Amino acid sequence: MIATNRAADTVIILIVLLLAWQALHQIVGATALPSPVPTLAYLAKLVPSERFAENAWATLVCFFYALILSYGIGLAIGVWMGVHRLSGAVGEPILISLYTLPKVTLYPVVLLIFGLSLSGRVTFGAMHGVLPVALLTMSAIRNIPPVYLKSARTLHLSRWQTILTVLFPATLPEVVVGLRIGFTLTLLGVLLAEMFAAKQGLGFLIINAMQLLQTEEMVAVAVVLFAFAAVANALLLWIEHRLHRRV
Amino acid sequence: MSVAVPGEDIHASLSDVTRVYPGVAGTPAVHALGPVDLKLKRGEFFAVVGPSGCGKTTLLEVLAGLQQATAGTVTFEGRPIAGKVPDGIGVVFQEDASFPWLTVWDNAAFGLRRNGVDPAKIRRRVDDALAFMGLTDFARAYPAQLSGGMRQRVCISRTLVLQPRLILLDEPFGALDAQTRLLMGDEVLRLWRRTGATILLITHALDEAAMLSDRIGAMSARPGRFMEIVATGWPRERDSKIVSDAGFGEITGRLWDNLRGESMKSLGHSGVAAG
Repeated sequence: MIATNRAADTVIILIVLLLAWQALHQIVGATALPSPVPTLAYLAKLVPSERFAENAWATLVCFFYALILSYGIGLAIGVWMGVHRLSGAVGEPILISLYTLPKVTLYPVVLLIFGLSLSGRVTFGAMHGVLPVALLTMSAIRNIPPVYLKSARTLHLSRWQTILTVLFPATLPEVVVGLRIGFTLTLLGVLLAEMFAAKQGLGFLIINAMQLLQTEEMVAVAVVLFAFAAVANALLLWIEHRLHRRV
Repeated sequence: MSVAVPGEDIHASLSDVTRVYPGVAGTPAVHALGPVDLKLKRGEFFAVVGPSGCGKTTLLEVLAGLQQATAGTVTFEGRPIAGKVPDGIGVVFQEDASFPWLTVWDNAAFGLRRNGVDPAKIRRRVDDALAFMGLTDFARAYPAQLSGGMRQRVCISRTLVLQPRLILLDEPFGALDAQTRLLMGDEVLRLWRRTGATILLITHALDEAAMLSDRIGAMSARPGRFMEIVATGWPRERDSKIVSDAGFGEITGRLWDNLRGESMKSLGHSGVAAG
């Protein structure tokens, strides 16, 4: 019942988006936004091409590394700040102000350090993803009800049993929220990096197409990225809901 | 459990116990409890009542081994308690301590599984405890699907399967409505008779204490001390209908005489008001 409703919702959202796209196309004209039908026809030709595969692969590799860094460093910082009270008190306001800071402004610094390399794009992507992962992990640990720890002691759990069977499942739902937001922001960072300074990747394809006034390619790549982000987000949301239903 | 001779078999005791919380970052130290003396007889139902913030929970946690006494000695079954919760003591807390990621059944089995008990034995004990607490039909449910009273019963089941000989209840019904509390009181009495365990109940509700207990300790405002220990003289077979007994009003009245001034102190009034 709920599943069929969800499917219907998705279809409705897609139809509304297509209609809005068509409407916007009528207003701004084909030089800025091509209409859906020719764009999707172009998309069907673009996706199997080798040029697309190379650039998509470049983005995927970059995103993969950036995501590992985001999650790894974010979880480490989050756990440290959650467990160690003083570090958390000092670190939280710093992380929050960094979170609100537009990180694009720091991209020149990253570029000057790493040049036009993969490391630069990975770093820039990770810079976006680390913060939500760290902040939500920290808050997950701090929000553990003290009575869980007392219960663990009265049930004679060892330190490791407490960590694995009480603390880990207790924090998991909120940590997964952080991982989902981190996923989206890391992708954003990677694409931004590719748009501004790269010779490959899907972000580069979009900017390059814009400069050559190939608007169909520009929008077609955007549609691919949109679909990827939407599917990944839906998957992570699904995991999140499964965990939260029990809370 | 064999019927013990009342007054002779000491199950757990606190002698001259005080608890002072050291001051943190410039705040003064807080003398929360004591000195307190208490001897729990094996198999008795003892309630502690007192104004809020009087150190009742501190008393329970010191007895459970969750907190260290600043001075004095705490013993359980003749052995001193130091730094860890001894085998044979079960605790049910005021807050909901059921684990939301586990089903009712898995919650109840939690302690046994972590302590390496044989699976067949776990199944038997958990099924038994859930049946006793009226949770059999909800074994596969998650705590989020249950009412507050049922979740507290899940926590009691989780303690019960470990077959504690001393059960400490820290205002377990504090968050429940008055009617549910009366019924939960009956369940605790049933549990007490069936397990033969010694029970220490912390509560702020005089009627709850008077209805459930063999003896009631009335505590002063902080630092908590026993002002009087009242014996109710109820028969072992009893239930919540006892609230209509003539002796019931007498007991709650006597407790209130003790606690009225102390409760006013904890409200910030100085001295004992006339009346």
